[in-house]
Amino acid sequence: MSVSRFLLCLSLLAPGSGFAQGFAGLGTEADGFAIPKPSYRLQFPADHGAHPDFRIEWWYLTANLEDENGESYGIQWTLFRSALAPGEAEGWQSPQIWMGHAGLTSPTEHFSAERLARGGIGQAGVTLGPFAAWIDDWQMTGAEDLSRLDLSASGDVFSYALKAQAESPLILQGDHGYSVKSPEGQASYYYSQPNYRMEGTLTLPSGPVTVHGNGWLDREWSSQPLSENQSGWDWFSLRFDSGDKLMGFVLRGANGADDFRSGTWISATGEVTPLAPGAFQATPLGQAEVAGRTVPVRWKVQLPEREVSVIVESLNPQSWMDVAFAYWEGPVTVSGSHRGTGYLEMTGYE
Amino acid sequence: MTSVALLALLSHWRQHRFQLGALIVGLALATALWMAVQAINAEAKASYAKAEGFVQQLDQQNLVSANNTLTVADYVALKRSGWPLSPVLEGRLKVGGQWVDLIGLDLLTSPQIPAMSAPGAQAAEGELLISLLRPPGGLIMHPQTAAELSVSELGLTIHLSDTVPPGSGIGDISVVSRLLAKPDSLSRLIYLAQDPPDRNALEQLPNYIRFTSAQNAAIEPSALTESFHLNLTAFGFLSFVVGLFIVQGTIGLAMEQRRGLFRTLRCLGLPFRHLVVALVIEIAIIALVSGLIGLIIGYFLAVSLLPGVAATLSGLYGAEIENTLSLRPQWVVSGLAMTLLGAAIASSYGFFSLWHLPILQAPSTQARGQQVLRNFNGWALLGAGLLALGGLSLIFLGGLSGGFVFLGCIMLGSALLLPFCLWHILRAGQRLTRHPLGHWLWADARAQLPGLSLALMALMLALATNIGVGTMVSSFRLTFTGWLDQRLASELYVTARDDSQGAALEHWLEEKGLRVLPIRSQVLQQPMGQITIYGVRDDPTYRNNWPMLEVLPDAWDLLAKGKGILISEQLARRRNINLGETLPLPQGWPNTVLGIYSDYGNPHGQAIVSMPQLLRNAPEAENQRFGLRLDPDDIPTLIKEMREEFDLDRESVTDQDKIKEASKQIFDQTFRVTDSLKLLTLGVASFAMFTSLATLWSQRLPQLGPVWAIGVSRQTLAQFDILRSLVMAGLTALLALPLGLVLSWALLVVINTEAFGWRLPIHLFPLDWLWLIGLSLLAALLAAALPAWRLFRLHPSTLLKVFSSER
Repeated sequence: MSVSRFLLCLSLLAPGSGFAQGFAGLGTEADGFAIPKPSYRLQFPADHGAHPDFRIEWWYLTANLEDENGESYGIQWTLFRSALAPGEAEGWQSPQIWMGHAGLTSPTEHFSAERLARGGIGQAGVTLGPFAAWIDDWQMTGAEDLSRLDLSASGDVFSYALKAQAESPLILQGDHGYSVKSPEGQASYYYSQPNYRMEGTLTLPSGPVTVHGNGWLDREWSSQPLSENQSGWDWFSLRFDSGDKLMGFVLRGANGADDFRSGTWISATGEVTPLAPGAFQATPLGQAEVAGRTVPVRWKVQLPEREVSVIVESLNPQSWMDVAFAYWEGPVTVSGSHRGTGYLEMTGYE
Repeated sequence: MTSVALLALLSHWRQHRFQLGALIVGLALATALWMAVQAINAEAKASYAKAEGFVQQLDQQNLVSANNTLTVADYVALKRSGWPLSPVLEGRLKVGGQWVDLIGLDLLTSPQIPAMSAPGAQAAEGELLISLLRPPGGLIMHPQTAAELSVSELGLTIHLSDTVPPGSGIGDISVVSRLLAKPDSLSRLIYLAQDPPDRNALEQLPNYIRFTSAQNAAIEPSALTESFHLNLTAFGFLSFVVGLFIVQGTIGLAMEQRRGLFRTLRCLGLPFRHLVVALVIEIAIIALVSGLIGLIIGYFLAVSLLPGVAATLSGLYGAEIENTLSLRPQWVVSGLAMTLLGAAIASSYGFFSLWHLPILQAPSTQARGQQVLRNFNGWALLGAGLLALGGLSLIFLGGLSGGFVFLGCIMLGSALLLPFCLWHILRAGQRLTRHPLGHWLWADARAQLPGLSLALMALMLALATNIGVGTMVSSFRLTFTGWLDQRLASELYVTARDDSQGAALEHWLEEKGLRVLPIRSQVLQQPMGQITIYGVRDDPTYRNNWPMLEVLPDAWDLLAKGKGILISEQLARRRNINLGETLPLPQGWPNTVLGIYSDYGNPHGQAIVSMPQLLRNAPEAENQRFGLRLDPDDIPTLIKEMREEFDLDRESVTDQDKIKEASKQIFDQTFRVTDSLKLLTLGVASFAMFTSLATLWSQRLPQLGPVWAIGVSRQTLAQFDILRSLVMAGLTALLALPLGLVLSWALLVVINTEAFGWRLPIHLFPLDWLWLIGLSLLAALLAAALPAWRLFRLHPSTLLKVFSSER
C-alpha cells in the first residue's frame, strides 16, 4: 500500500512536515479539532495518554548507546497518532490512525521499519495505569509517570529490547508546555524526559549486542503545528558532557518567509530556560547524498548566551528513515566548545 | 512478366464475379466465426486474468478460520504477536434489488491493489485514499457495476476503475463492515510476508485458524471455465473448417476453369515458377481482403454473442466477465493468420494439380471414378482409425481432455467415413435399379460425390453438432425444470432485514399456524474449495421433494437425529465420496454421507445437516430467509399482512413461480449463445453445399451433354439435379443422426460431469431431429435450385458444344 501520499495529505509526520497544509481539503484550519491554548496547564499522568480531539500526536524516544567495546549506536522508537476526524469511535469506525517508526543506527548501518494501524480495534494505542503505548508487537510500557519504560521494536532484519530509567523529572518545553512553532502563533503542547539511563540488547544481522547509554523522550500534540510558509524542520537534542542539555529547532521558512528558531536550555541541575526566538542558531557545514537527495549532515550550532559553539556531526550520514514518509533521523556527536552526543532529525529535504 | 501474368489471372474473376463472391464470402465467414470465438475467448480470459490477478494479490497466502468465525479480536491478537497480516472482510450486499460482492480491506495495511494506484498524479492517489477512509467513505467499482447498481442508495462516493472485477465493490474495511453490518467478523487475513510462517509460528495459532497458500486454494475460475472455452474454440474451428470446404471448392473450380489460360501462358513462355508466384499473390490478396471482411463481421458477431457468453459463464461458473469487447491484437493477428493458412490449405490441391498439369494435354475426366474410390477407401481407413483412437482416449486418457479428444476423433473420423458410406449406398441403389435412366442417375450421383463430399462432410458435422448440443441443452433444461419443481417446494419465500426481524417474523408466522422452513447456512472454507452447509428442519417438504440421486434407506431419519449429512453431486464428485463414507469437516460437524442430491448450476459445494446440528456448530448463522408452506390461495392475503406487519419491501417476499420463472430465464440466457452458434454453423454448411453444387455445375456439362443428346429434356435433368441433391443431403442427415447422439452422450455423460460436476440423464427429442432433417433438405433444395435453374435455362448450343470443344 502506498500510504506515503496519504500521509503527506494528513501532514501528520514528524515535528515538521509542513508540506501538505491545505491539501486534500484538510486545511490549515483545525476542522473541528481542538487547538492548543497558552493557558492550559499539563496534567499528569492524564496527558501521557492520547488526545484524540487533536489532529496529531507522538511518543518519540531516541537514545545514544554504546556497547562494551565503545562502539556507538542510536535507536528511535516512535508512535504517531493522526486523526481523520476528532474523537474516537468503536472498531473499524475509529477515525484514529496510528503509525510506528523504529530506527537502529550504527556507524556503518542504518535500519528502519514502520507499522500502520487503526484505532478502535486494539491493534495500536496508548493506555494509562500502567502506561502502555503499542502498535502490533512493538511496545513501550512502564510506570504511569514514565519514570521507567520497557521498549521493543523489530524490523525484517533488526530488533531491540531496552529498559529506560528516568534520572530527573519531566521538563515542559516552551511556556509551561505550550510551544510556539511560528510567528503566526501555530503551537503545540510539548514536554520531554531528556534524561533516561538506557540498557538492553540490540539485535543486528551480525548478532546481538549489549548496550547502555542515554535516552530522550518527546511528547507533543497539536492540530496545526506548522504555518503554510514552513517547508521542513531541523531538530536537535544535544546532551553535553557537562550535564547541560540543549533542545533547539529550526522551522525552515518557505516562499521567502524567515526561518523560525526556538529551543530550550536544560541545565545540569535541571533548570529549564526557554530560549528567546532566534537565540538558537544552526548553520549547515557539510552535505551528504542520502537516498537521492542532498541533506546537511554536519552543522555548526551556536547559542551565544550560553557560550555554546559546537560542531554537530552525524554518526552515520545515511541515517535515512526509509518509511512511507521518509526523513533523516540519527545519532550525532558534538565537539567544539562543548562535547557530547545527541539526536538530529531533518524533514522536508526533497 | 509476373505482373502481366497476374493481371491475366485476375481477369478471370471479372468474368466470374459470383465465384469471386463465393470465395470471399467463404473465407470471410470462416474467418469471422473463428475470430468471433477467439475474440470472446480473449476477452473472457483477460477478464479472468484481471480477476485472478486481483484475487492473487490479495489471496496468495491467508489465515482462515475453518468454520468461518474469524473475529477482529483474533486479528488484533495475531498482529500483537507479530504476525504480518492484513484483514479482509467479504460479503454480499443487496443494492436496489441487485447483489454486489463487497471486499473490505484495511487500506492502511493491505497490499497495493491496482485500483488504488491512480495513473498519473500521486495527489489523486492520496485523495482517493482519503475519500475511501474518511467517513462516510467510498467504494471502488467497475464502471459496468456502478452503472447497473443504484449506487446512490449507498450514500457513498463511488470511484470507477476497470481493474476491479465486475460485480464487486472494493473499499476500506470500515465502510464495508458498516454496509454489511459485521463490525466484529473477518473473512480472512492476508499473510503479507514473502516467506511462509515457520512451524513454531504455525503451532502457536489457535486451533480454529489455518494457514493456506495459493497452491491449495479453491478452484480458480480459469480452471472451471477452460472447458467452456475449449467448447467455443471447437465450435469456431468447426466453422472454420466448414468455411475452408467452401473455399477449397471455389479455388478448385477457378483452377479448373483457367487450365486453358494456364496452358496459354505457359506456351507464351511464362516460367512455371512465375505462374505459381502470380497465383500465390492472387490468393494472398483475396485471402487478406476476405480476412479483413471476416474480421469486421467477426467483431460484430462477437459483440452480439458476448452478453450471452457472459451470462453463460456467470450462470454456470459464477465467473464474471466484462461485457465490452476491445480489439485485441492477438485475435486480429490469429484470425488473419488463420485466413492465410486456410487459403493456403484450401488452394494446395489446386496447386498440386497445376504442378501435374501437362502443358499441352487436355485433362481427362473419365478415369476419375477409380481414382476417387481409392481416395474414399483411404479416407475411410483413416476415419476408422480415428474412431478407434477416440474410443481408446476415452478409456485410457479419461477426464475432460479424454472427452474432448474423443469428441474430436469421433467427429473427424465420421466425417472421413461419410463419402465411403455414401459411395456404397449409392452403388447399392444403382444395383437395385433396373431402369436405365435411374441407373444413370445413381451413377451420376456417385460421379458427383468427389466434388460434393467435402460439403456433405461439412453438412454432417454441422447437423451432428446441432443434434448433439441441442440434445444436451434440451436434456439439461428438462432435468433442470424438474429439479426446480422439487427443489422449490415451498409456496412462498421471505427474506427478513436482519436476524432480529427474522426471529420476529418466524414467531409471527408460526403463531398463524404456518409451516415455516428457515433457510440458514454456514460457509466453510476448505482446502478444496468452499462448502455451504444448510440446516433443515425435519419436515415432509424435504422428505417428499428433495431431488436425491442416491440415498440410504433411512437417510432423513438419520439426518434428523444429527447422525449424518446430505451432500450435493458436485461435492461428491469433486471429493470422490460415496454413500456411507465420510466428508472431511471440522470437528463437531456430522460427516457421514447419507445421501447425494443434485444441485445444478452451483459452482460450489453444498451440504445439508439437521437444523440443530447447524446451530450447534454455527450458532451465529443468519436467520433471515424462510420458506413457507401454505395453501396457494392464501398467498396474496399473507403477503399483504406480512408487508404491513414487518414493512417488507416487494423483493423480500417471492413466490415459488417467480423464482422458477427467473431461474428458467437465467437458464435460457445461459444457452442462448449455443443456439446462435448452432444456427451459424448450419448456415455456413448450407453455403458450402451451395458453392460446391455451383462449382460442380460447370464441370458436369460434359456428362450432361450426352444424356441430353439422347433425349432427356433439360427440365427433367434439372429436376434430377434437385432430386439428387435432396437424396444426398437426406442420406447425410440420416448418417449425422447417430453421430449427433454419440456427441450428445459424450457431452452429457463425459464432458458435463468433468466440467460442471453433474451428470445429466439423456432425453431424446425426435421432433427436433425431424426439424433438422427438414432444414438440411431445405438447404439442399436451395443450394441446388440455382444450378438447376441455370441448367433449365441453358441454351442447347452450350450442350452441343460439349461434343465439339476440347476442354
